[in-house]
Amino acid sequence: MARTVWDSTVGKKTVMAVSGLIMLLYLVAHVIGNLKIYFGAGEFNHYAHWLRTVGEPFMHYEWTLWLIRVVLVVAVVAHAVSAYQLSRRDIKARPQKYVHGRPRASYATRTMRWGGIILGLFIVWHLLDLTTGTVHSGGFQEGHPYQNVVDTFSTWYGNVIYIVAMLALGLHIRHGFWSAAQTLGVGSRTRDRALKTIANVLALLLTAGFIAVPVGVMTGVVS
Amino acid sequence: MTASAEYTDYTTGEPVADTKAPKGPINERWDTRRFEARLVNPANRRKHTVIVVGTGLAGGSAGATLAEQGYHVVQFCYQDSPRRAHSIAAQGGINAAKNYRNDGDSVHRLFYDTVKGGDFRARESNVHRLAQISVEIIDQCVAQGVPFAREYGGLLDTRSFGGVQVSRTFYARGQTGQQLLLGAYQALSRQIAAGNVEMHPRTEMLDLIVVDGRARGIVARDLVTGKIDTYFADAVVLASGGYGNVFYLSTNAMNSNATAIWRAHRRGAYFANPCFTQIHPTCIPRTGDHQSKLTLMSESLRNDGRIWVPKAKGDNRPPNEIPEDERDYYLERIYPSFGNLVPRDIASRAAKNVCDEGRGVGPGGQGVYLDFADAIRRMGRKKVEEKYGNLFEMYERITAENPYEVPMRIYPAVHYTMGGLWVDYDLQTTVPGLFAVGEANFSDHGANRLGASALMQGLADGYFVLPATINDYLARNPHQDPVTTDHPAVREVLAETEDRLDLLLSVDGDRTPDSFHREVGELMWEFCGMARTDSGLRKALERIPQIREEFWRRIKVPGTGEEFNQSLEKANRVVDYLELAELMCLDALHRTESCGGHFREESQTSDGEAARRDDEFAYAAAWEFTGTGEAPTLHKEDLVFEYVHPTQRSYA
Amino acid sequence: MKLTLRVWRQKNADAEGAMSTYEVDGISPDMSFLEMLDTLNEELILKGEDPVAFDHDCREGICGACSLVIDGDAHGPERTTTCQLHMRSFRDGDTIDIEPWRASAFPVIKDLVVDRSAFDRIIQAGGYITAPTGSAPEAHATPVPKADADSAFEHAECIGCGACVAACPNGAAMLFTSAKINHLNVLPQGAPERESRVLNMVAQMDEEGFGGCTLTGECATACPKGIPLVSITSMNKEWLRATRKSARS
Repeated sequence: MARTVWDSTVGKKTVMAVSGLIMLLYLVAHVIGNLKIYFGAGEFNHYAHWLRTVGEPFMHYEWTLWLIRVVLVVAVVAHAVSAYQLSRRDIKARPQKYVHGRPRASYATRTMRWGGIILGLFIVWHLLDLTTGTVHSGGFQEGHPYQNVVDTFSTWYGNVIYIVAMLALGLHIRHGFWSAAQTLGVGSRTRDRALKTIANVLALLLTAGFIAVPVGVMTGVVS
Repeated sequence: MTASAEYTDYTTGEPVADTKAPKGPINERWDTRRFEARLVNPANRRKHTVIVVGTGLAGGSAGATLAEQGYHVVQFCYQDSPRRAHSIAAQGGINAAKNYRNDGDSVHRLFYDTVKGGDFRARESNVHRLAQISVEIIDQCVAQGVPFAREYGGLLDTRSFGGVQVSRTFYARGQTGQQLLLGAYQALSRQIAAGNVEMHPRTEMLDLIVVDGRARGIVARDLVTGKIDTYFADAVVLASGGYGNVFYLSTNAMNSNATAIWRAHRRGAYFANPCFTQIHPTCIPRTGDHQSKLTLMSESLRNDGRIWVPKAKGDNRPPNEIPEDERDYYLERIYPSFGNLVPRDIASRAAKNVCDEGRGVGPGGQGVYLDFADAIRRMGRKKVEEKYGNLFEMYERITAENPYEVPMRIYPAVHYTMGGLWVDYDLQTTVPGLFAVGEANFSDHGANRLGASALMQGLADGYFVLPATINDYLARNPHQDPVTTDHPAVREVLAETEDRLDLLLSVDGDRTPDSFHREVGELMWEFCGMARTDSGLRKALERIPQIREEFWRRIKVPGTGEEFNQSLEKANRVVDYLELAELMCLDALHRTESCGGHFREESQTSDGEAARRDDEFAYAAAWEFTGTGEAPTLHKEDLVFEYVHPTQRSYA
Repeated sequence: MKLTLRVWRQKNADAEGAMSTYEVDGISPDMSFLEMLDTLNEELILKGEDPVAFDHDCREGICGACSLVIDGDAHGPERTTTCQLHMRSFRDGDTIDIEPWRASAFPVIKDLVVDRSAFDRIIQAGGYITAPTGSAPEAHATPVPKADADSAFEHAECIGCGACVAACPNGAAMLFTSAKINHLNVLPQGAPERESRVLNMVAQMDEEGFGGCTLTGECATACPKGIPLVSITSMNKEWLRATRKSARS
């Protein structure tokens, strides 16, 4: 079955849909956590620490977190590899452009590939910035995420990278969520409106929720 | 080839008769024939190759069924895919004597209606078999997944059609032909995938190969590469459709052509009743000289639409401003019991008559109204939309007029040809091993075809009749010596074909193939169309050889024969139209009676109806080719009516 | 009307193609688009030039042969087939770009003519119900709910023209394939082959080199018969169902 799925364009789209939905689920949790920054360093740092102790005593320290990380890495890789392979196939299937060409599909639809690449690069930067601290500006402090976040959004480029990426994320989710529903066969004529609304609301809430953090830092509400 | 001697006349040869239909009660003949026909052992079938030319309802269903039986089928179509054959454009429906409505229908009634509708010029045995098989066709198509219209209870819906008083027409909105054809195409596709059918799309048959008096193959041109090749078989089946495109403007597809049947005729197959052409009453009128084809509006529209013209000549008011009492619903007036549902030939001629009186509407006065105002009032717009929506849309797209608000304008146009290759009860032509099915043969419709019967006949021939009868031929002619390209007969046909194409390419004149096609078409429409006269036909017979002579002097075909060359394809088809047109006119001239679609002005009743002359013309005219421009030989097949006694058709 | 046409000319499959410019005059708004091209071709023949090759046959919007991309739109600006497009949709003096369907699975044969045999092979892979002639039960033996029959019909309307592939930025044949699957799979007669049909047809579709679906919706917008985009969703569902089912058995 795995072979059938992976070898088929429809199957590979299923992989993308499922991995995309896993990431989406994670993002919903992520944005809720992020918003705790508005309640001060204490609450935010406490939440960050809790992430490592979730599931105790059943799970050992950080096991849950690592489990989530593994699932996410698998999802990201599956999503990206499928996207890469499908895109190559798509480009090969339509090698010649129309002389009289013009875009017609929605902006969100047309930017899925570039948006995906932007998001991929962003994730790398984001991890190096706030998880490992490799490219962090202003001295990365392990265990003090509140301060690290404030540092990042105190630089102009930190804000630009983040906000651009979050806008790309919004667009990506807008088409991606609805698209995943079609791929998984849950779309229908009667449900289409609801699915599109959910996609739009999700995209808007996630983008706004994530952007609220740098905005908070920039406006001084978070410092 | 350029010979252009005038037709002097024709000679009458020996009569021709069908020897295959068994005697005895008519309802037992088909069973008897199937029992008497020899069978080919299933294990031996794969050793037999059968060529099928055409992939419409008849060809597609024949190819699929023969392959299923185990024969090796080699099939051809000029289209890029077998799914595009012109059967796809049939709109209205398919008749079957299911009597699901309990309205008095039966096999016998369908048989009766068809013989009568054909104005008593069809062979009873064939028509009865058609009516019997009609029932099985619906079963077969439903099993294939053809999405016929259904009622809320989940059972099949039917509607009524011209020329009959029962509701026996099964339909799939206005796309019945498409759905039936896709069913046959899918069955054929299954056989192609199974390796039982070798399919050659974009390949056109250009001639028939006859070896030792038997049809053994064809010459065909690959339309992409231009390569001319020979293909051999134990039997050849022509399912190449009718020849309505002789008229240039018709409802046929642009590339539908008569080459396969005409070349077969030249090789010895008799051509029967070529003058029996059907002019369909409900087509969209032409808009100008640029017109390349005419579009049919399904006859089913006559179920609910009312046909009228203004009572006064030259009444130019918009239709909605003409008050009710100044309208002439002429079909309802002249034919009160059938009203707007009279057979096609009668409806067409009536339209011509009112237009000739100067009461026609639209540009050039070549049109009559088909009005849905009453239907919309009675059933509501929604119901009308449900029934005819796609037809209304099509009309609006072509004419830019909204038929929900303004009555449609319609005018008759060439639609179907009842004539075709003469075949016996087994659908075999006069060339042993050459069979003709569907519109390509002449067999079942006599002088006029009833609506929704073409689909029935095509599928009856292809699914049920031919697969049973061809066994008999193959069983009686097993293990023939294989034919090869070295055979002199083969070399000769191939050389003739190549010479013909080379000549077309080398004339390099100053007229296009289309210009000749248009010229001969207009001539035919004028003199061999809805009403024919002795003097008109003679004029046409004088003119056609002249056009032919001019053709070979002035034709211009660009490009070469070794490439995709649509002008060459066209020119080659026109060559055959220019010969076939002559035979059609001659047949029309010799048949001095009026019957069905053939209306001779000299032969009409006092109130202008067609007057048949059974004492002289109760026969099918089968013509034998003797040479281009030479007087052909007429072989008569006397038609015997044991069950439906000829009466003057009355639809009043 | 006077028009400037820019037409893709390509001698054969192996040749390089390019756009050529032609002027046509005296075009009537009542002409169909193909009759306009006929006019051009008549002039070209008389000038001794090669007429523009294009596929066409029934000219009443049902055979699916005609296949032109007009000003970047498959079948042109109206939602119909090229043969049913009339010149009244254009204005005097317009420049019109005419190109063939573009997809690597539809190689150009000449000028505007492409090879769509890949569609036939997709149907051959399973786009049928196995019902040998003569084996059919009485038609009324299996009633089909009207809603199912209507749904089957809606999808069966596909004319196989390939506009969906031409319009799709990925050259995908999902709409074509899904139309046939949805036509047959919704009917009780199609049920026995329901799983193998969708698996085999999708596999063949991939095999032919069509692209994948990114749900841009271009196909459904271009479809002259209005096959809806949700047809693809239903096919995906059928495919997943069949994949799960075949994994279990």
